[in-house]
Amino acid sequence: MSGPSTYQPTNPALQWIEKRLPIIGLVHSSFVAYPTPRNLNYWWTFGGILSFMLGVQIVTGVILAMHYTPHVDMAFNSVESIVRDVNYGWLLRYLHSNGASMFFIAVYIHMLRGLYYGSYKAPREILWILGVIIYLLMMATGFMGYVLPWGQMSFWGATVITNLFSAIPYVGESIVTLLWGGYSVGNPTLNRFFSLHYLLPFVIAGVVVLHVWALHVAGQNNPAGVEPKTEKDTVPFTPYATIKDGFGMVCFMIFYAWFVFYIPNYLGDPDNYIMANPGVTPAHIVPEWYYLPFYAILRSIPSKLGGVIAMFSAIIVLAFLPWLDTAKTKSSKYRPLAKQFFWMFVVVAVLLGWLGGKPAEGIYIIAGRVLTFCYFAYFLIVLPILSRIETPRAIPNSIADDVLAKYGKKAVSAIVALVLAGGLMAGGTQKAEAADEHGGPTPPSLSWSFWGPVGKFDRGALQRGYKVYKEVCSTCHSMNLLHFRNLADEGGPGFTAAQAQAVASEIKVQDGPNDAGDMFERPGRLADPFPKPFPNENAARAANGGAYPPDLSLMAKARNYDRGFPQFVFDFFTQFQEKGPNYIDALLQGYVDPAPKDFALPQGAYYNKYFPGHAIKMPKPISDDQVTYDDGTPQKVENYAKDVATFLMWTAEPHLEARKRLGLQVMVFLIIFAFLMYFTKKKVWANAH
Amino acid sequence: MTTTSSAEHTRRDFLFVATGAVAAVGAAAAVWPLISQMNPDASTIAAGAPIEVDLAPIAEGQDIKVFWRGKPIYIMNRTKKQIDEARAVPVASLPDPQTDQARVKEGHDQWLVVIGICTHLGCIPIAHEGNYDGFFCPCHGSQYDSSGRIRQGPAPLNLPIPPYAFVSDSKIKIG
Ligand code: FES
Repeated sequence: MSGPSTYQPTNPALQWIEKRLPIIGLVHSSFVAYPTPRNLNYWWTFGGILSFMLGVQIVTGVILAMHYTPHVDMAFNSVESIVRDVNYGWLLRYLHSNGASMFFIAVYIHMLRGLYYGSYKAPREILWILGVIIYLLMMATGFMGYVLPWGQMSFWGATVITNLFSAIPYVGESIVTLLWGGYSVGNPTLNRFFSLHYLLPFVIAGVVVLHVWALHVAGQNNPAGVEPKTEKDTVPFTPYATIKDGFGMVCFMIFYAWFVFYIPNYLGDPDNYIMANPGVTPAHIVPEWYYLPFYAILRSIPSKLGGVIAMFSAIIVLAFLPWLDTAKTKSSKYRPLAKQFFWMFVVVAVLLGWLGGKPAEGIYIIAGRVLTFCYFAYFLIVLPILSRIETPRAIPNSIADDVLAKYGKKAVSAIVALVLAGGLMAGGTQKAEAADEHGGPTPPSLSWSFWGPVGKFDRGALQRGYKVYKEVCSTCHSMNLLHFRNLADEGGPGFTAAQAQAVASEIKVQDGPNDAGDMFERPGRLADPFPKPFPNENAARAANGGAYPPDLSLMAKARNYDRGFPQFVFDFFTQFQEKGPNYIDALLQGYVDPAPKDFALPQGAYYNKYFPGHAIKMPKPISDDQVTYDDGTPQKVENYAKDVATFLMWTAEPHLEARKRLGLQVMVFLIIFAFLMYFTKKKVWANAH
Repeated sequence: MTTTSSAEHTRRDFLFVATGAVAAVGAAAAVWPLISQMNPDASTIAAGAPIEVDLAPIAEGQDIKVFWRGKPIYIMNRTKKQIDEARAVPVASLPDPQTDQARVKEGHDQWLVVIGICTHLGCIPIAHEGNYDGFFCPCHGSQYDSSGRIRQGPAPLNLPIPPYAFVSDSKIKIG
């Protein structure tokens, strides 16, 4: 994209095209002949990774839109039917939802790389500002995408974020009404968010083209921060940068696949597996992780308008960076002070993110204010002052000199990183075991057959769990997302189609109207959903002392308890995803009668050790010998609880086995591919050294 | 060029080819879910299960239209006259030769069960219209006889027969 191309195709057909539309020359000059500094490190591969992620998000997004229904009554269930019924729907959905997080991880690394190596300095100011615009667009897109599944967090996130605009004096309220298309977040809001969520990625793609254009005009920055002078300083983009970016991309894909196949809900909020309810706010509203630092800044300012201004300024300030930091030396490698402050800034940003996920109370508020000050101080005080007082170290004469100077240092840092990751992993396993012994108010971590990379459901437990559900739970709780046909699904309780049909025909389903206009009853079919215990919510409340027994379909993914820091870091390595079943199991065994003396139990409630707040409206649902087990398993509450928790894990994640099976294949493939790419990259680069 | 360097060359070429091949396999495998998701999903397949239809309310000379897998199915209780007409025509003279006997179930000769989708371009023909006591398609004027066979117009084939069977004398199961 820089200047007229000198590329001349030899093929006459291509020449004919080239004369009329010099597109091959454009591609050739931008992605083949384009000279890239030869000293780029792996932090520079994130640009390519980001383009790849944008592509993944657009492709999976377009496909999800083929199956999604943007309507308040149907959105939640349509997402669930994508995951349950559409071929590979679970894969596409998890690729898209985790893809958003991967996109942000990559963009944060990309931005910090720019910050560290001074990539925003002349002549790359516009390149940098275009990047900030892309980042803003990404935030808007990510936010609107999060609203679409129409879970509790979707709804309340939408409410809270759109209400930010109500802080604007005089016109705030009208703007919010305009955004909503109503007097609260509702169907018009969902529809416009869907439309915009589909549009914005293409706008991002457009700005990315400008970003790449500006990049190819100004040329890439590099770790030394000196501009290329001679031909010795650069290598052609293809094959050198392509293969290196390719290797970086494959490594990133392994990381991505780890989330998609093994811990797909690790970064999500369990509350979003509960359908949006405008009448109930979740106890603790948190945005997606990638907004947390800004959310923390918002909350740390004790004024509505001030908080909103601070939050937006925290992003906008980035655009002014080229003029805040006027130091001549680009790379922090040669700026001893700037380097230290850079790492302090990273710590401040991470801590702000951590605070954003904490309740806004006590010490957290103070810490939030201090860190907010530090965040702005870095840009507005530290960088301007440093550019005036700091004496930088001598920068290398040329890129070629830089390459010669540090050849061979890379391997050492890679080994250090590997050892660190390994240590973390080992630490993770130990911690997980330690947590087993410690019960208390957090549910004990049980061992589940479906845990881990090759986990599978225990068929016997699923069948027993179904029996318990059918004889006990189903008298009060609905199971809206399950159909009789699911009982015969692969990876499920292992019923044959005939057995599932027999179960279905035990119930009567209302159908009709027939020719005479009357409703009639017929035996259930495989395609019918599980029967509901009550015709509607009011009937359910009336029969249950005012409490509404929640639907159980997604219960095992919708319940949560705090694992705390650093436990949640280890959970990443140990693939811990079993909070829901642990909680269900603990809850069913957690009834204490009579309640502890000092606890004031409300009328009509029961004391449960594990229920948040301890006063639960559900009476102890099951006791020993209540359900007959035919396979000799002891008829103890302990076993009932574990079996029903297993069953509910299956109803919440019916394709768990398929996911882990495919995950293993993908992992093996990607690791082999990564090795091949690594050696190919080495061979290609051997010529350049 | 020495032998070692040419061996080095082959090894390098092999590496490049292997990497390229693995990349191609990966890309092809990644496309599969993206295509496969377009096929009918599990709920659509389950909803396409066989249905039972009670024939008792359909009087002679009457017809009903039921839906199976989203397709209209005509069930026609034919009169003696309609059956005779359908059997009188010389099969060889038809555009899509087929006997009437081959299009109904033996012993239930009065029942014609056809998918009511014109074999021209998919419009729905109207029953009991046209020159052949059968169906007439308003879109481009195809005419089907009382056995649902194409007699005149642009449609190339007879109206297809869905898979069905008689469960009892007055009940069929389609699918
Ligand atoms: S569609 Fe029936 S005649 Fe063309």
